[in-house]
Amino acid sequence: MAMKIGIPREVRPGERRVAATPDTVTRLAKLGFDVSVESGAGLGASFSDSAYESVGAKILPDAATLWASMDLVLKVQPPEAPEVELLREGGSLVCFVWPAKNQELIQRLAQRKATVIAMDQVPRISRAQKMDALSSMANIAGYRAVIEAASFYGRFFTGQMTAAGKVPPAKVLVIGAGVAGLAAIGAARGLGAIVRAFDTRPEVREQVQSMGAEFLEVELTEEGSGAGGYAKIMSPEFIAAEMALFLRQAKDVDIILTTALIPGKPAPVLITEEMVAAMRPGSVIVDLAAENGGNCAVTRPGEVVVHNGVTVVGYVDLPSRLAPLASQLYGSNLTHLLSDMGGAQNYRVDLEDAVVRGAIVLKQGELLWPPPNIPAPSPPKPAATKGPSALAHKPKAKPAQGSAGLIALGVAGALLLALGSVAPAAFIAHLTVFVLACFVGWQVIWNVSPALHTPLMSVTNAISGIIVVGGMLQLNEDFSSPVTWLGMLSVLLACINISGGFLVTQRMLRMFRR
Amino acid sequence: MPQGLTTVAYLVAGILFILSLSGLSAQESARRGNAFGIIGMLLAVAITTASHVGNYVALLLAVAVAAGGTVGALLALRVEMTSMPELVAVLHSFVGLAAVLVGFGTYLMPGHLTGVERTIHDLEIYIGVFVGAITFTGSVIAFGKLRGSLRSKPLLLPGRHALNVVAVLICVGLGARFLDANVDDGVLLLGIQAAIAGLIGVHLVMAIGGADMPVVVSMLNSYSGWAASAAGFMLSNDLLIITGALVGSSGAILSLIMCRAMNRSFFSVILGGFGADEGAQPARAAEAQQGEVVATTVDETSALLRDAKQVVIVPGYGMAVAHAQYPVFEIAEWLRKRDKLVRFAIHPVAGRLPGHMNVLLAEAKVPYDIVLEMEEINEDFPSTDVVLVIGANDIVNPGALDDTSSPIYGMPVLEVWHAKNTIVLKRSMASGYAGVENPLFFRENTRMLFGDAKKNVDAILARLRSESAAEAAE
Repeated sequence: MAMKIGIPREVRPGERRVAATPDTVTRLAKLGFDVSVESGAGLGASFSDSAYESVGAKILPDAATLWASMDLVLKVQPPEAPEVELLREGGSLVCFVWPAKNQELIQRLAQRKATVIAMDQVPRISRAQKMDALSSMANIAGYRAVIEAASFYGRFFTGQMTAAGKVPPAKVLVIGAGVAGLAAIGAARGLGAIVRAFDTRPEVREQVQSMGAEFLEVELTEEGSGAGGYAKIMSPEFIAAEMALFLRQAKDVDIILTTALIPGKPAPVLITEEMVAAMRPGSVIVDLAAENGGNCAVTRPGEVVVHNGVTVVGYVDLPSRLAPLASQLYGSNLTHLLSDMGGAQNYRVDLEDAVVRGAIVLKQGELLWPPPNIPAPSPPKPAATKGPSALAHKPKAKPAQGSAGLIALGVAGALLLALGSVAPAAFIAHLTVFVLACFVGWQVIWNVSPALHTPLMSVTNAISGIIVVGGMLQLNEDFSSPVTWLGMLSVLLACINISGGFLVTQRMLRMFRR
Repeated sequence: MPQGLTTVAYLVAGILFILSLSGLSAQESARRGNAFGIIGMLLAVAITTASHVGNYVALLLAVAVAAGGTVGALLALRVEMTSMPELVAVLHSFVGLAAVLVGFGTYLMPGHLTGVERTIHDLEIYIGVFVGAITFTGSVIAFGKLRGSLRSKPLLLPGRHALNVVAVLICVGLGARFLDANVDDGVLLLGIQAAIAGLIGVHLVMAIGGADMPVVVSMLNSYSGWAASAAGFMLSNDLLIITGALVGSSGAILSLIMCRAMNRSFFSVILGGFGADEGAQPARAAEAQQGEVVATTVDETSALLRDAKQVVIVPGYGMAVAHAQYPVFEIAEWLRKRDKLVRFAIHPVAGRLPGHMNVLLAEAKVPYDIVLEMEEINEDFPSTDVVLVIGANDIVNPGALDDTSSPIYGMPVLEVWHAKNTIVLKRSMASGYAGVENPLFFRENTRMLFGDAKKNVDAILARLRSESAAEAAE
């Protein structure tokens, strides 16, 4: 019997999206699923019951019937309390869950032995991009934020020379060049505004510039990306410089769009009351982080407030305001996920699969979230907007040290002790120097940038020519002794190394330019 | 000269070397780092001369230093950037040989040690010669392989691990006798040991396949450091110990970093035998992957480039061989002038030396901020219009991600196939250094541009330029 999927109507007030559109229902049916839709589920997104019926979905009259009879329920928002009661014992659910802040909900789902997959926890690895609902929604939110800003802003975005006089173009500042930020840059540029963007990660500069915006920088040479492409904690000086930059910009720009989110934490406050006050009356701020407290000090989540003549938009339902598109993209993300999980025939919750393992919250009531660190080919990005996370930091991955390493250390220690008990003091002194130097070398090299591997190797090669000193120590006045000649020969060889190594390094380094 | 002064000078030299290495870890400080290294070395040589070398010998010493220095300088200034790996390998062999010589010299020096001290001293010599000899022959073989005068495929003797173990055991056995022997016998035993160690070095490197060459070179670099350090122990010289240990551990880390980049275990690389059963497996992969290879032309390629908005260039060893980096840079400049986003994507093990591609691109004056690493660029491929793969193969092999039977399965690769179009410049359909079939060539959005990379790149450049000239004339 084919697996049955149910699409309920979203019950959260103001939610217009739906977890499947007629188009994605067709694709689910191709995967072998038997799809039922609650009557009126698609109305908010302009999909009528008959549109679903025409692609072969069954229409069920009410939510209770749907939840009770389905193997798998697809939703957008986390289930509300009454919905949890409707979910049948041992049933499956795929939707946004936000497990970090919905502990209570998860407990209740666990009591019903539910299997729950969280779309917001799909790991950000290349293979999972097609299922990355957060990016889909962020893209829409970025676009919509610009449209909201435009509707509250009393002027054109584009500059014009008209017979009645010159109209200057609007200036837009986008803070955070993640998916939402880049989408906002694109939309604002499309309307003709001058767009600037800020992000603590210098590597997004090109992405920003490719979208046609100017990339702002603080006058401090600190990078927001530590070793291996990770972000790191910014120093207080940096944050101060960042704030000064925002204040300067606030006086100059007409519109500010902020997109800084940190997973599982309140959003960082980047736009203070002082900065809002510094903006010209009629300016607009759209705070995309409103749901998590907001990047702007005066944001009220879900509302539009006017503060000193500046409109601060704190909508928390931006994707829902483009319900047809958002439903289509979200539905596609779901379809890709179910396809990867084997379609209807081979559907299974495979914990070996990195994507499933990352996204699963409950399996038949057993809590599996948060997932253990998955050994992925590239470091998984945190599942949140890649904002200018002035406060966000991801710890640098430390080389794993298993018990094998500890045992090796123990053995080495024992050997050293044994050696120490018999060897003469002079030798131990040398050994101390040796071991310390090994550690210094170890520490010094870890941070080397891969582009410099070749010069580094040739300079270490030159330095290993220090063996010349060994040769020199053997020289003595006795020219008949082979020792002198051996020493002389090693000096000769080592000198080839020294001059060759250093010169070639210099030659290479001279070529590197910015 | 007072002993204290010498020690302090050595300490300063040691610190300069540390500064040199840490300077080399970032672009901005790299040149200063090199300068520190040079100063440290001059200081070390000067102070050793002043404190240990008699006046008459100093003359002879000057001759040796001048001769060696000149040879080295000539090598360094004449070498082509493309043959940098060979130069580095051959330089390592000099250090190895020097360490062996120093070991023999120290053994022959009139000694006055007895008891445990004598045993430890002899042991230091023995180990120093052992490491030195492996470094020497290993580097010579690596040099031969990199030059192409030796076959790059791994030479796999039956029971090769057993052979190595036996050889090491023989050395240990000889070592036990060596400690008790008188000087004449000792020299003989030391010589035999050096010969056996040399064979181990040959065998180790012969067994390592071409694709792992970058790791081998940096591993030999590490060995040369350990050899210098061992010499320091036998001569009771802290500067040698410190510097050797610095070089040794830095080389080891470089190898480790590269192994991680290839997602391979350090030991499997060091012990060799990569792709040991490649005869059977690629064949299977090839059968499964059979599809159509679509060849393209210079005209089509330049048209695609002209219409593209985002271009990524993936250079590989083939670009180095063909010396195509200059015209490639010119193409990049032509595109950049037309406001296209052009970037270079460098795989951590592209080329035959770590960072090899970066050096070549730098030589061609490609600004380093448009040269990106694998992790930085992989997620951008889906939005890229055209990828030019120039003489690279294994590093763009999708089989590494999805074909568990592939010998390179698990190695992170540049995911060029996500781009709208991928053009592979390649001499022929031959497989890469690892000897693995590449399913990329059979993908729908892949086009092959066969022929010499330099000629093709030149032709593309000429075509682009002639069009812009025509536009200008209109």
